[in-house]
Amino acid sequence: MPEKTLTIPPPIQRDQVVIRFAGDSGDGIQLAGSQFTAASAAFGNDLVTFPDYPAEIRAPAGTLLGVSSFQVHIADWEILTPGDRPDVLVVMNPAALKVNIGDLQPGGLLLINRDSFDERNLAKAEYDANPLEDGSLRGYHVLTAPMEELTKAAVKGTGVPGRAALRSKNFFALGLISWMFNRPTEPIFDWIEEKYGDDPVGKGNAAAFRAGYNFGITTQEYHHTYEIHPAHLTPGVYTNINGNQALAWGLIAGCEAVGRPLFLSSYPITPATSILEALARHRHFGIRTIQAEDEIAAACMALGASFAGHVGVTTTSGPGMALKSETISLAVMTELPLVIVDVQRAGPSTGLPTKVEQGDLGMALYGRHGDAPLPVIAAASPGDAFNAAIEAVRVAVKYMTPVILLSDGYVANSSEPWLIPDFDEIAESPAVFATEPNGPEGEFFPYARNPKTLARPWALPGTPGLEHRIGGLEKQDLTGSVSYDPENHQRMLALREAKVARVADDITPVKITGDPDSELLIVSWGSTFGAVRAGRNNAEKAGHPAAHVHLRWLKPLPRDLGEVLDRYNTILVPELNRDQLARLLRSEYLVPTISLDKTKGIPFTAAEISDKIVELLEDET
Amino acid sequence: MKKAATRYTRADFQSDQEVRWCPGCGNFTILATVQNLLAELDIDREKHVFVSGIGCSSRFPYYMNTYGVHSIHGRAPAFASGVAVANPELTVWVITGDGDALSIGGNHLIHALRRNLNLNILLFNNQIYGLTKGQYSPTSEVGMRTKTSPIGSIERPFNPVSLALGAEASFVARTIDMDRNHAKTVLKAAVAHHGSSFIEIYQKCNVFNDKAFTELTGHPQRDENRIDLVAGEPVVFGPNHERGVIIGPDGAEIVDVADVGIEAITVHDPTNPDPGPAFALSRLSHGPHGPTPVGIFRDVPRPTYEEVMSERIDRARQEHGPGVLADLVRVNGTWTIE
Repeated sequence: MPEKTLTIPPPIQRDQVVIRFAGDSGDGIQLAGSQFTAASAAFGNDLVTFPDYPAEIRAPAGTLLGVSSFQVHIADWEILTPGDRPDVLVVMNPAALKVNIGDLQPGGLLLINRDSFDERNLAKAEYDANPLEDGSLRGYHVLTAPMEELTKAAVKGTGVPGRAALRSKNFFALGLISWMFNRPTEPIFDWIEEKYGDDPVGKGNAAAFRAGYNFGITTQEYHHTYEIHPAHLTPGVYTNINGNQALAWGLIAGCEAVGRPLFLSSYPITPATSILEALARHRHFGIRTIQAEDEIAAACMALGASFAGHVGVTTTSGPGMALKSETISLAVMTELPLVIVDVQRAGPSTGLPTKVEQGDLGMALYGRHGDAPLPVIAAASPGDAFNAAIEAVRVAVKYMTPVILLSDGYVANSSEPWLIPDFDEIAESPAVFATEPNGPEGEFFPYARNPKTLARPWALPGTPGLEHRIGGLEKQDLTGSVSYDPENHQRMLALREAKVARVADDITPVKITGDPDSELLIVSWGSTFGAVRAGRNNAEKAGHPAAHVHLRWLKPLPRDLGEVLDRYNTILVPELNRDQLARLLRSEYLVPTISLDKTKGIPFTAAEISDKIVELLEDET
Repeated sequence: MKKAATRYTRADFQSDQEVRWCPGCGNFTILATVQNLLAELDIDREKHVFVSGIGCSSRFPYYMNTYGVHSIHGRAPAFASGVAVANPELTVWVITGDGDALSIGGNHLIHALRRNLNLNILLFNNQIYGLTKGQYSPTSEVGMRTKTSPIGSIERPFNPVSLALGAEASFVARTIDMDRNHAKTVLKAAVAHHGSSFIEIYQKCNVFNDKAFTELTGHPQRDENRIDLVAGEPVVFGPNHERGVIIGPDGAEIVDVADVGIEAITVHDPTNPDPGPAFALSRLSHGPHGPTPVGIFRDVPRPTYEEVMSERIDRARQEHGPGVLADLVRVNGTWTIE
């Protein structure tokens, strides 16, 4: 634990640190956090971030409900999670302190905006006594600064009017923490200049940042600074991305790979909206985006565009998925490509709109009327959302099927350095259209199938001689005519199921990481990847090695998964839901599983995983 | 162009599917009218796409030898919007009914009209649910007894023309299934119109709501009640054109021409940028009773959604060149690890 001293010591070397910025949702916390992240990325640290904010845009100021936070984990080694508990907590008001103090490491560093601890704000945060004075923070290293007073003084003269000056206090905090962690300041000044230009607000923010930085240098209260060396990452060019951004780019890359235009129709819904926003900006890519009147229309427009030869995509979250269900069934019946992106959030119903959960796996697999199978793929991390989107587009077009791509609020909003791939190396798999009649007498059979993939032909309106009708009524095999024939319906259900099963041809075999000879296998999917991998690594370091399989495709499952599961005595399935993958594995493979479920709206910590591994492996011995 | 008239016959637009509507249904007449119209148009057969929802009328695409999609209940305008935006070269038709378009799909209808996609939306209005065998619909009249309103409906019906005008539609018309020539003329104008065209077609359901339109189709009531809207002509009707309509500050009023003089009668102008007069005309009746206008209420030019979208893509490409993903992913700044 750092000691107070009056001499300026050299920076203390650390291999990692977890910092959480917390304040009122109007305090600019997300901005301060993301700028600190950008500076750390530019410095070369590995990092993972986790923003956490209330559903209300402006919850009552100063209240516990209105607290927003941004956690960033920086390290000189390759990390996988935003960190279990912060080492440093920056709080801008009493409510932020109350909500977050329980997570701070014992002995952790607490940076406090002293000016906000007045009677009014203490009352809003439901504090009976001022925690700065009642000794309740004794277990932490506390550094307080009159951030508002110093910000006001710094901003004076920049042209920012009186009250508005206080809005720059997030930059004061950012300056202080940048000093403490020896961050380069140029990226932040460059960003301010680019963002604000001649706007006085930019000058105010820069002045507040400098004041915070200088406060660190001159304060008598605290003299330690820390240094985290750049990480040894794979050489190449990196950028910092969050999952929604990566997913949007992956959709573009996927459509380029199949050689068809991207058509996105969506209805705004947290936490998926920024995918629509990202793609709406890029008209020069030939992307057509529509903000539909509702979730149902969004799905139908996308399917209509697919019928006309585009790659129809619709993005949403749980409640919107429920509304799209009937359209997805139509896509199953008409066998058209469609990519449905579900950025899951905590449910049921409106649930916790800004919080993470993996609760839609069951809906993705089964949530349609009738037997309506379709491929389901899940993104494991922000960077992986790029690849998952490419795969989803590819499979949708190749197999003429709707594909559900599952992301979640954690993948969507957290960010990590991303090694920019060589785009020329993304394999092209151009869509094939029917151009000629395929029937024996010169007719067109819209349900004649490719013998390898079982996909039906994609015949675009505008193609002479291939006029045909499709729709929701059961289709006669081959001809596509409406058919009520019992034998035909039985056959068509089996054919649609068989087609989806064929997607397994495109799925890589199971990859086991960790110790393949362990008694314990962990099976995970989606955004828990980082925490599970980190937890497994930590348990191994503690002498408890486990094997780990992370599933990318949930439907179909890899062909060799059953054989792999049979090799292990104990199968642990950690999920941010109630047993949904575990139930799937048990029903598909008749294997016993142990569930580790977490449904608190927050991701797993690595410690939760490693503790469970240790517990199970100790039971074994 | 002569070529257009000789290139196709009605048979070219008939599919091999057996038409399965009840004998005597107005849908047969509408199907024939549309097939005859398409044979006359100078549009390649493969460029037509018929999209429908659910209901008796929504089986329509199966009977057209064109591209077609029988989609889901109420969603045809949304599905068709995707088709139209993806390929503006197509002639996209929406076939829908009063339950499909105005009840379960009301939201999609008004938004398609507001966006002005290039769609021809044909609303087959028979004021009843036919496929589910006789429940009241959003255009069924107050007091109408059906299986789900055994002592009479208490719901005020929609006036579909008023609704479409209120939804910012750029082309709004009404026609009648039995009057093939009128229907074909109106539909032809709808195809020529650039943007969303909304056509309410009074369609007879002889099984569940047989006499719904007799005041407009039967003799001699027809001559008393049918107001033919003709662009550039005074709005007059009656056996000897002895009655007329004056649109004033309080809406449309029916007068005797002899009392006011023919020059006082409002001259119909569907191209009027102000939808007010068209709306006033639509309020003359609230269902096919008493004097009821048929014809084109409104036909005004407005850029279509897909045109503007395509223009923006072209302009963005001129300004920035075609998108390059390798450049795009660098927008947030990059750093290099050696």
